[in-house]
Amino acid sequence: MSAKFKEKLASALFGFTAAVSILAVALICLFLFLNGVPALADIGLPEFLFGSTWQPSSGIYGIFPMIVGSIYVTAGAMIVGVPTGLLTALYLSRFANAKIAQFLKPGVELLAGIPSVVYGFFGLMIIVPFIRTSMPGNGFSLLAASLLLGVMILPTVITVAQSALDAVPRSYYEGALALGADHERSVLQVVVPAAVSGLMASVILGVGRAIGETMAVVMVAGNQVQIPTSIFEGVRTMTANIVLEMGYAADLHRGALIATGVVLFVFILLITLLLNLIKRRSEI
Amino acid sequence: MAKLEYHSEQKASPKMSVKDLNLYYKDFQALKSVNLDFPAHQVTALIGPSGCGKSTLLKCLNRMNDLVAGCQITGTVFLDGQDAYKEVNVNDLRRRVGMVFQQPNPFPMSIYDNIAFGPRTHGIKSRSDLDVIVEQSLRSAALWDELKDRLKKNALSLSGGQQQRLCIARALAVKPEVLLMDESTAALDPISTAKIEELVGELKDSYTIIMVTHNMLQARRVSDRTAFFLLGEMVEMGPTEILFSRPREKRTASYVSGEFG
Ligand SMILES: Nc1ncnc2c1ncn2[C@@H]1O[C@H](COP(=O)(O)OP(=O)(O)OP(=O)(O)O)[C@@H](O)[C@H]1O
Ligand SMILES: [Mg+2]
Repeated sequence: MSAKFKEKLASALFGFTAAVSILAVALICLFLFLNGVPALADIGLPEFLFGSTWQPSSGIYGIFPMIVGSIYVTAGAMIVGVPTGLLTALYLSRFANAKIAQFLKPGVELLAGIPSVVYGFFGLMIIVPFIRTSMPGNGFSLLAASLLLGVMILPTVITVAQSALDAVPRSYYEGALALGADHERSVLQVVVPAAVSGLMASVILGVGRAIGETMAVVMVAGNQVQIPTSIFEGVRTMTANIVLEMGYAADLHRGALIATGVVLFVFILLITLLLNLIKRRSEI
Repeated sequence: MAKLEYHSEQKASPKMSVKDLNLYYKDFQALKSVNLDFPAHQVTALIGPSGCGKSTLLKCLNRMNDLVAGCQITGTVFLDGQDAYKEVNVNDLRRRVGMVFQQPNPFPMSIYDNIAFGPRTHGIKSRSDLDVIVEQSLRSAALWDELKDRLKKNALSLSGGQQQRLCIARALAVKPEVLLMDESTAALDPISTAKIEELVGELKDSYTIIMVTHNMLQARRVSDRTAFFLLGEMVEMGPTEILFSRPREKRTASYVSGEFG
């Protein structure tokens, strides 16, 4: 086999696999929009997005409570997971001694490998009963979902943030020390600002992870279609809405669920866009 | 004449000195009983072939070697007669003994913030005080006229030579007493190098300067005294003109005449 032929073969093979993944994305988009858009047209976009009633049996499809639910749950997860994740990353990258880091890092990686249904079980058996006994409500709540998701986004936030911190050139840190700054100041005032775009990326990826999570949320959030007025009330996210009703939905109901998927897709798209914007800005 | 100079140097108490300094990186001995004085308000050049321990010695003087795992030191480093490792707080030591690195390493922030970082670290908060320090430091580094209108710009947008002079300005902003320069012109073009050499000549009135250089002509141009190192040993130390023209040691003679290096 000539080298040239080999090269061509490799290029064709890689081109083919790349094409397959792009095709998959394209097909998903096509499916979503082909099935979702007619339902959207039928229901009416404003009624669909801002209607606060979801009663498929009466043909009323308003997903506003679910949009709010997704946003609340994601925001709650951020409140729990972002400070914890960023500080853990900072600790692992700049403060932990080698032995502790050696022990913690696989722990974080393991966290990423746990299936979400197992997280859901944990929430169901531990978090929900704890909230039920010590706080108002029956435990299935915005709070439970936020706590659980907060833990679930940790591996994403930690790994991305840590690699951003690790990538800061050593010369910045040494330059700060050489001016008489102590370790803490050098890290907090020089290393962290230098890593800020990567840290922002870690948060945004965490948001993406939280907003798309389904199984664990369904298991602990209560899933009532309502805009919760306290963190102890139940909440239904867009993902939960889809998975709960997909099994038996037909016709317009089914279309409305797919349209919910379209809205979710747009959210993820915006997040990805934001991520690329930050990446591009940090490259300049 | 030469004897007289040696004599007078010994009398004035040096700004910094090292006594019987041995340094090990794990099992490898990088410095072998080095004894050396750095007189105040003079430029001392450290020369020698690559790997002979020049940077290692420099990093002992501001304790940057503390960062290297497995680095062990015996002997003493003195700053104004005090033991730099025992009697001086490490952050104070690094403020008093500033360092300019081989590669310019401005922080990825504005020119102003780069220079203000050090003074802020040491408790200066008032904007007007900082303004004065920033201007003075940039002036001392011969950068003020070039940069006075762009203080808010990111320091990484400067040219390599400007970045290095910014790093000098940043080091000067904490009012150090000693300035360590590790091949600080190695990454620069001849014009930037000439500017920094000129700067060093001006700065020695106010600071004690210790510089590592591979460029023998540079050592001759800017330094008052030169120390020659070989394989971790300090072979010879003397007034620059004498060390280059009439070295006592054969090894020095063959190095400065360019026989090896
Ligand atoms: N962190 C380290 N760990 C182990 N060995 C080291 C370390 N830093 C330096 N060395 C070794 O110590 C010796 C002296 O190194 P040093 O950097 O001081 O040399 P130098 O004279 O500055 O050389 P150059 O002119 O190339 O900069 C070298 O043999 C080097 O390999
Ligand atoms: Mg060196």
